[in-house]
Amino acid sequence: MAVGLEHYLIVAAVLFVCGIVTILLKRNAIGILIGVELVLNAANVNLVAFNRFSHGGTGDAIRLDGQVFALFVIVLAAAEAAVALSIFLNFYNNFATVDVERGDSLKG
Amino acid sequence: MMGFLADNTTQTETASAVLFYMCAAIVVGSAIWVASSRSIVRMALALLFTLVGVGGLYFCLNAEFLAAVQLVVYAGGTLILIVFGVMLTNPSTAKLYSPRRIEVVVATSIGLLLLASLVTAIVRSTLSGNGPETQSGSYAVGKLGEALLGDYLVPFEIISVLLLAVMIGAAYLAKARRKGEGN
Repeated sequence: MAVGLEHYLIVAAVLFVCGIVTILLKRNAIGILIGVELVLNAANVNLVAFNRFSHGGTGDAIRLDGQVFALFVIVLAAAEAAVALSIFLNFYNNFATVDVERGDSLKG
Repeated sequence: MMGFLADNTTQTETASAVLFYMCAAIVVGSAIWVASSRSIVRMALALLFTLVGVGGLYFCLNAEFLAAVQLVVYAGGTLILIVFGVMLTNPSTAKLYSPRRIEVVVATSIGLLLLASLVTAIVRSTLSGNGPETQSGSYAVGKLGEALLGDYLVPFEIISVLLLAVMIGAAYLAKARRKGEGN
């Protein structure tokens, strides 16, 4: 019954795969962004779980490198979402859609 | 005394296992909802549940501060940003895009293949099952602050510069959009 590292890794794997499928299936650019967020969350769960189960410790022996990495990932995900949405707004302004299949101006 | 302690530990273990399975069910269910939903607004709603569930997983992993950050930054900030993006870019005339059957088959089979290989790797690996038993993380937040201002001071400062750059860049892009609309 005890919850071990593998449980968290499997949940993160399911989350990762759902994110990949979302990225593959959606044509709405914002849907793709949501898929990227799922993938980043899966990575975060892995980081925190590995930190908890390999560097847990008590008192002074505790190391929190995984949690620090996860914090950075959260901040970077927020920054990435802001920039991506600005780009999508510009894209929408130029093409009147957020369908990624329509952004083929650079295609030869 | 020892018996009382052991009993208490078992109870805590059971409670945390129940919490873990609840959060895992929320995360997996709403992630599948995200992948299978066609409406972008429903995807955003499902993403909210996923993020809250991941926050619960952090809580199970003794990362209380990270759980709070997850709720504040992700569920409160990034998700609102996404909903605003939907509001600003989704014209009511846009018809729902439904992927073709072959696309669904290919994407789902790629996903299942990936999932099978990942789960096989995880199950067959010799990762330690339980590792050190961490008791309550009462030092955790302080340790996190020490790590951020100690070992990770340089990335911490660089991230502040990055956030400034992102703020300026996003504002610039939004301003360009308004100018374009005027044309």
